[in-house]
Amino acid sequence: MKSPKVVASTAAGLVALSLGLSACGGGDDDNGGGSGDAKFDAGSTGIVNASTQKGGTLKMAQPDDFDSLDPADMYYAYALNFARLYSRNLLTYTSKPGDAGTAMSPDLAEGLGVPSDGSKTWTYKLKRGMKYEDGTEIKAQDIKYAVARTFDRSVLHNGPSYFTQLLDAEGYKGPFKDKNLDNFKGVETPDDYTVVFKLKAPFSEFDYVVGFSGQTAPVPAAKDTGARYGMHPVSSGPYKLEGDYQAKKGGVWVRNPNWDPATDPNRKALPDRIEVQSGLKADEIDNRLEKGDVHVDLPGSGVQAAARQRILTNPKLKANADNPLAGFHWYIPINVKTIPNLECRKAIVYAADRSAMYRAYGGEVGGEVSTSIQPPNVAGREKGTDLYTKADPNFTGDPTQAKAALAKCGKPNGFSTTMVFRSDRPKEKATAEALKQSLDKVGIKLELQGFPSGTYTNEQFGSPKFVAKNNVGLGTYGWAPDWNTGYGYLQPISDGKAIVDTGNANPEELNDPAVNKMWNDVVSVQDPAARAKTYNEIDHKIREQAAILPNVYAKSLLFRPANLTNVYFHAGYGMYDYVNLGVKG
Amino acid sequence: MGLLLIISAVTYAIFFLVPRAAGVSSDDIAGRFAGKQPDAVTLAAIKDRFGFDDPVPVQYGKFIKGIVVGDTYDTGTDKIDCPAPCMGYSFRTNQSVTEQIVDRAPITFMIALGAAVLWVIAGVSIGVLSALRRGTIIDRAAMAVALAGVSLPVFFTGLLSLAFVVHKWQLLPSVNYSDIGDNPFNLILPWICLAFLYAALYARLTRAGMLETMNEDFIRTARAKGLPERTVVFKHGLRATLTPIMTVFGLDVGLLLGGAIITEKTFSIPGLGQLALDGVYQSDLPVVLGATLTAALFIVLANLVVDILYGVVDPRVRHS
Amino acid sequence: MARRNTGGKHAAGLVDDVGAHVAGRTPPSAFLEVRDLRIHFPTDDGLVRSVDGLSFRLERGKTLGIVGESGSGKSVTSLGILGLHNRRNATVSGEIWLDGQELVHASPGDVRALRGRKMAMIFQDPLSAMHPFYTVGHQIVEAYRVHNDVSKRVARKHAIDMLGRVGIPKPDKRVDDYPHQFSGGMRQRAMIAMALSCDPELLIADEPTTALDVTVQAQILDLIRDLQQEFNSAVIMITHDLGVVAELSDDILVMYAGRCAEYASVDDAFHRPLHPYTWGLLGSMPRLDRERSERLMPIKGTPPSLINVPSGCAFHPRCAYGELNGGRSETERPELVEVEPGHKAACHLSLQQRREIWESEIRPKL
Repeated sequence: MKSPKVVASTAAGLVALSLGLSACGGGDDDNGGGSGDAKFDAGSTGIVNASTQKGGTLKMAQPDDFDSLDPADMYYAYALNFARLYSRNLLTYTSKPGDAGTAMSPDLAEGLGVPSDGSKTWTYKLKRGMKYEDGTEIKAQDIKYAVARTFDRSVLHNGPSYFTQLLDAEGYKGPFKDKNLDNFKGVETPDDYTVVFKLKAPFSEFDYVVGFSGQTAPVPAAKDTGARYGMHPVSSGPYKLEGDYQAKKGGVWVRNPNWDPATDPNRKALPDRIEVQSGLKADEIDNRLEKGDVHVDLPGSGVQAAARQRILTNPKLKANADNPLAGFHWYIPINVKTIPNLECRKAIVYAADRSAMYRAYGGEVGGEVSTSIQPPNVAGREKGTDLYTKADPNFTGDPTQAKAALAKCGKPNGFSTTMVFRSDRPKEKATAEALKQSLDKVGIKLELQGFPSGTYTNEQFGSPKFVAKNNVGLGTYGWAPDWNTGYGYLQPISDGKAIVDTGNANPEELNDPAVNKMWNDVVSVQDPAARAKTYNEIDHKIREQAAILPNVYAKSLLFRPANLTNVYFHAGYGMYDYVNLGVKG
Repeated sequence: MGLLLIISAVTYAIFFLVPRAAGVSSDDIAGRFAGKQPDAVTLAAIKDRFGFDDPVPVQYGKFIKGIVVGDTYDTGTDKIDCPAPCMGYSFRTNQSVTEQIVDRAPITFMIALGAAVLWVIAGVSIGVLSALRRGTIIDRAAMAVALAGVSLPVFFTGLLSLAFVVHKWQLLPSVNYSDIGDNPFNLILPWICLAFLYAALYARLTRAGMLETMNEDFIRTARAKGLPERTVVFKHGLRATLTPIMTVFGLDVGLLLGGAIITEKTFSIPGLGQLALDGVYQSDLPVVLGATLTAALFIVLANLVVDILYGVVDPRVRHS
Repeated sequence: MARRNTGGKHAAGLVDDVGAHVAGRTPPSAFLEVRDLRIHFPTDDGLVRSVDGLSFRLERGKTLGIVGESGSGKSVTSLGILGLHNRRNATVSGEIWLDGQELVHASPGDVRALRGRKMAMIFQDPLSAMHPFYTVGHQIVEAYRVHNDVSKRVARKHAIDMLGRVGIPKPDKRVDDYPHQFSGGMRQRAMIAMALSCDPELLIADEPTTALDVTVQAQILDLIRDLQQEFNSAVIMITHDLGVVAELSDDILVMYAGRCAEYASVDDAFHRPLHPYTWGLLGSMPRLDRERSERLMPIKGTPPSLINVPSGCAFHPRCAYGELNGGRSETERPELVEVEPGHKAACHLSLQQRREIWESEIRPKL
């Protein structure tokens, strides 16, 4: 008897083969296949099929679903990207290709936030004449209400919690439990067009907090349905929902006649209609993308293995693909409590076979060998210098140095620890295995343990208790910043304050006084360049402490059907810019 | 009703009692509800809202009460009425689990019943033909195909048929079925793939049953009476053969009604199976609970229907 | 059909036919005549010769008892007459003449048309022989309507009528009962009603009373006898119970290993039997008038394999008198010889020897 696994892999092979054939044979249709001017990776740096032509239906699909459609209750980058089609925030990422996309630009606000009181007060002025889908005007109080409702974490639990952490509104329970909005002191509205945020402490990057999420998108209090607002959020953007959104099925958006393009330089809003289909299998989405039946793979994390194969081996398809740096850095935190001795941690970094780890992530198309912890698209990031390792695709580790470090650590024969990874991610499994093999050579024994990705970052590697109990020394990890600055990238993963009981993003548990101090100070620094310098120093310090072993900056393989216009990779979201796409014909 | 109570108790134990006994804390459960930033404030707020720190029997009582007399759901802005049977609200979509199930069930019904019709017709006719032509080329070929069918899971036949029928030869458009109002013809591939698996099984069952029945004394009697062979086979033989198959059929359909998980996943059809699977993926406990309960309900119902039908079909059961 | 040739070859004077007709495809005068019937089943282990050259005849109104141990070919013979063997796993050759019509070589459709109408069968175990899912009435109606073009109502009336005639009380009620709701005896009556529903001219009863208790047995046998007289049918009574035969039959055919060992009138068979096997059967028959201290005399050994039938006389391994003829029994198969008019036996012992043994050794012990 063949084992089911053999049958399954044979099946997968056959399917892949047949799909490959079908892709080769399908050259005669105009929608999919090749296009004249498109070049491989052209969308990573510039606009492909630039267009101002309006009309048509933009079809988007996703295997799962948004965490919510309530702009205040979502955290997935693609959901935040998508939400801008029907909601506007005070600020938003600039709609431009290249690094310019990581900068904030005014949306509802007239300009960026004006800090005062040593960056503890931030003031935003609204543009005039902006309306909701029902024609009523958008006012400052609606934004205050929108921010207030994010304080009820039992109702809106998916979104970021920066406002509850930063704003000076201690003890406020949110407008659902406390109906009097005047009790919310974190935001003030001196008039209908002014929004003032009051912070507990200085925070120089507050504009990013305001702009990266949808939590400043106005919500008319009378139309708020609390936990169920996501089924029909009231539109302030170019499109409005037709009917309710059907979770796990999809929804349709049509033009919002009350949206005024003159107030909105960031959104081209080309299509007349947008259809979202949820629950379509990822491989099926790839197939339809190639045929042009679906225009956008919503999650924006790239095509599946089968399509990847087809695209990379077929020049016609490859011309319609982009291979940008996605914003993620896949790295290996080394827990400083499990392995308290710096020399022992250094030994791990020395011994690591970077070449094998690089290949585990798919080589050239999968990523770039990393030096700094901050990935390249973080504003002001410097490449830095390699410490104890080499950012070289051919570097297979330095066992001699590793052994020397082990000797200094007092463990010349090595030691044993546990390495965790997400068992449903083959690349992480391969990485863990590569690391186990290279560390084995110097006597460091890894016991590999896989966990489902659904609980990994909360209950296993994200739980210091679990890490301590199970002698977890290292694990696979990846991180994309909430916003593309050194603060957005590094603070949650290296500040001692960021260590929490569940969902800990600092699994190396670095709690270095010097680093902590730098984090405390940098939030008051006004000059972005000066802040960037500090971030780069922190980056260096983390690696000096051998608390993080850099691995690869992730690159995704995105496919843009030939009938999709005005396509470019948006560095702020790490995928195409959804508010500026159009469709041909 | 008593059976349902047992089912709900078991379901509840699986999802709340047993994990707690195994050391899963209310924080962990609340963490399933919380999103990316499950900070202490968020967890406390969630536990308070759902009463995850209440004693388990109290939580169970609340759950059963919701099913029997209904419940209300606090959305923050207002309290929505959730009429019985209320199975709570999804952690992820905030939709009533009951509503979602009612919404998804017809889709799964369409898949299951359409496939069931196909597989019964195909499986039984092939099985009968095979049994009557035992040992011939027809029999061997049919049984070889049936063996293949039994061994090939839907994700294989499904993906293969998608790859060839839809993508390569483009015989069918790459359509989807997401609503009961959609053209049921769009389900033709899922029907065929699912039916293929079961038809193979039923062909084998029917063949074996038919071979056994045709050796029965009453078949010899029927022939001795001078009945035409057609009557002997279909009226006397098939009737006796189909009775035990009906039991299997009822259970199979009942099982599928709870969600044709693999088929739905393969063809991206948003039925009950997808609902349950998504619930599992997303740690959406109320949905998993509701979907499990519904699936159990369908199996119980199917059992009941089979029992009743058995009485109708087999007079020996009726009179005993 | 290839079988036709073999049938002819065997029929060519090999056996002294009961009816003394010239062998060949000539219609006999008898109502039922079986000539050199051979029913073989090819199996993986070899050819099973269940019936191997059997001939007999039967007239209307007469009853023939076929007796023998299990596996002697009694039931196979009866199914063969009805044409119920699956031609894909059984080879049937020889001739069966029923009222001037040959059945072995007739088309299946023609034979089917005769089944139930002209010839009918009462099966051994009525519980398994009746369809559990249909009412008794339905099954009789079905049997009646397949041969008679009448409405369901008429057929139902006929079924009630038949049930009444076989002695089922309240037949108009019981007609709608299912077989499992009947007692064993009632079921057997219903079975008989079903068999007789089309007034068959040939009735084959295969162990009709085996499953029943003694009092019911007698009732059923009476019933069959009465009905036979009423319809003037020819009856073949298949049984291993000589008592049943004695009660009902005119003639007896003793079968052993697929062949006829002895054929005689009931009187001859019980009082002047000429085959050691028949002696054995008589000896193993329990009798009410026998003293308790006297033991039954079962036949030694077990019935022979039908694949490797013993050489010579198939009975010789179990025969106590085989050596009396100098081992001839082991090598030469005895022919069925008509020793007296209407009395035949297949044995190498001389008539004299057999009469002596019967009178001196066997009879006193019975």
